[in-house]
Amino acid sequence: MIELKNISFKKDNKIILDNINLKLEDKKFYCLTGPNGSGKSTLAKIIMGIEHPNSGKIYLNGEDITDKSIDERAKLGIAFAFQQPVRFKGITVFDLLKFATSKNITRKDACEYLSKVGLCALEYVDREVNASLSGGELKRIEIATIIARNPSVAIFDEPEAGIDLWSFQNLNTVFKELGATSKGVTLVISHQERILDIADEIILLEQGHITKTGTSKEMLDSLLCEAKCCKKVIK
Amino acid sequence: MNKVDEALLTEVLGDNSEKADAINIRKNGESIKRSVSPYIDIVSKKDKSGIDIIVKDNVKFGIVHIPVIITESGLTDVVYNDFYIGKNSNVIIMAGCGIHNDLHKDSEHDGIHRFFLSENSKVKYVEKHYGEGKGDGKRVLNPTTEIYMKSGSSMTMDSVQIKGVDDTIRITKAELAENTTLVVNEKILTNNAQTAKTEFNIELNGENASTHVTSRSVATDDSYQEFKSNITGNTKCYAHVECDAIIKDNGKVKAIPEIYAGSVDANLIHEAAIGKIAGEQLLKLMSLGLSEKDAEAAIIEGFLK
Repeated sequence: MIELKNISFKKDNKIILDNINLKLEDKKFYCLTGPNGSGKSTLAKIIMGIEHPNSGKIYLNGEDITDKSIDERAKLGIAFAFQQPVRFKGITVFDLLKFATSKNITRKDACEYLSKVGLCALEYVDREVNASLSGGELKRIEIATIIARNPSVAIFDEPEAGIDLWSFQNLNTVFKELGATSKGVTLVISHQERILDIADEIILLEQGHITKTGTSKEMLDSLLCEAKCCKKVIK
Repeated sequence: MNKVDEALLTEVLGDNSEKADAINIRKNGESIKRSVSPYIDIVSKKDKSGIDIIVKDNVKFGIVHIPVIITESGLTDVVYNDFYIGKNSNVIIMAGCGIHNDLHKDSEHDGIHRFFLSENSKVKYVEKHYGEGKGDGKRVLNPTTEIYMKSGSSMTMDSVQIKGVDDTIRITKAELAENTTLVVNEKILTNNAQTAKTEFNIELNGENASTHVTSRSVATDDSYQEFKSNITGNTKCYAHVECDAIIKDNGKVKAIPEIYAGSVDANLIHEAAIGKIAGEQLLKLMSLGLSEKDAEAAIIEGFLK
């Protein structure tokens, strides 16, 4: 379980997050959604330790982790899939999966993680994680590194961003399985109805505030209604 | 050979030291071990220090090792080695130099290697340079490689200098005839006050000649590196040069690209990128549980792999 208490974050004198209070429980799949610039990625990065709040506290299973570094949080079980997966020169998919598991995995282990995200493992395991991989391939490899960590808190920042429809359908299957099997917290930042649909709970973030939370059914109806009303106004 | 010699050889050859068809080991300016095969000969030069390595025509697959080790402080060893590769032959050649210098005088090895590739021959040339020792005498390595490629031949040159070499000037020259391919992969890491200068002069003279030169380097502490490439395309040909460098601490890198198209059909590309380790790469590896120091080491190790 991870808990955020009174988290606020400012950048360039602009309030990005304003007094966020949030409790995320194990075995639950959460979707964090909201307009662009509402602070979703910042909130996720604050949990991972990539950004540091100006005030407030973060607790992981009751332990205050506010001052812990990224790698310390990773060792405690927090994992973060970047919205734009990072490219390397020379580091292979196998290397990345080996770092992710923190042990000497075999090629067979690596192939299993890749198969889980729908990649034909033998084609990818020795490839460099560089610009020769497509956006969809990089996204899936990024997700495979998170699955390989078997984290207690898995955060995915817009996993659908920048990928094609076919890759997205595969990803959706991956998240459905993750939602059904993960024993920890799963937090996905997404705008996609089909990902929102599989969430146990949806959190709406607007202008740095959590404005609504609720089950997928409750929230989807109101969110979709708002979107349709908005379209009507624009027309 | 003593333990220091054996350790130096392992650094240069890896675990492959016993797997060659023809071998010449040179220590402190003298040949200390030589073996040849019916199809690969090694002959000492009569007019100067060095050897001729002669690979007969149609050798399907051969391995040649010609490592150099220097353990004598203050020695300057200059050697001229010529490689004659027969038609349709395919060989792997492992060379390089390991210097152990525990004293205060400089030790230097200048290896001038010339490759003459006959029609349709194929060479993989692996060259590793390494230095060690507690002395403040410099470990200096200045390799010059000249490559002359006849029609249909191809060569891959993997050049590595990762540790312990204080000063180096590396010069590679090549002339390519038609339908030839030259691939060069260079990896250099410098630290402390080391300097490394590397220069490529490649002329593509025959139709459909192509070359791909990749240099990856890391300059740390107060070290300095210079990469100079001069590619000339005189006909329908293709060249791609990539210089990629990571700088750390006070490390400095200069890249000087020069490409000259002497024909309207020449297609020449030069790319150079110098910068520190990308912050997002560190963040990603740290988010997988690596400390900042370990993440940095993993990125550099991968980059130079």
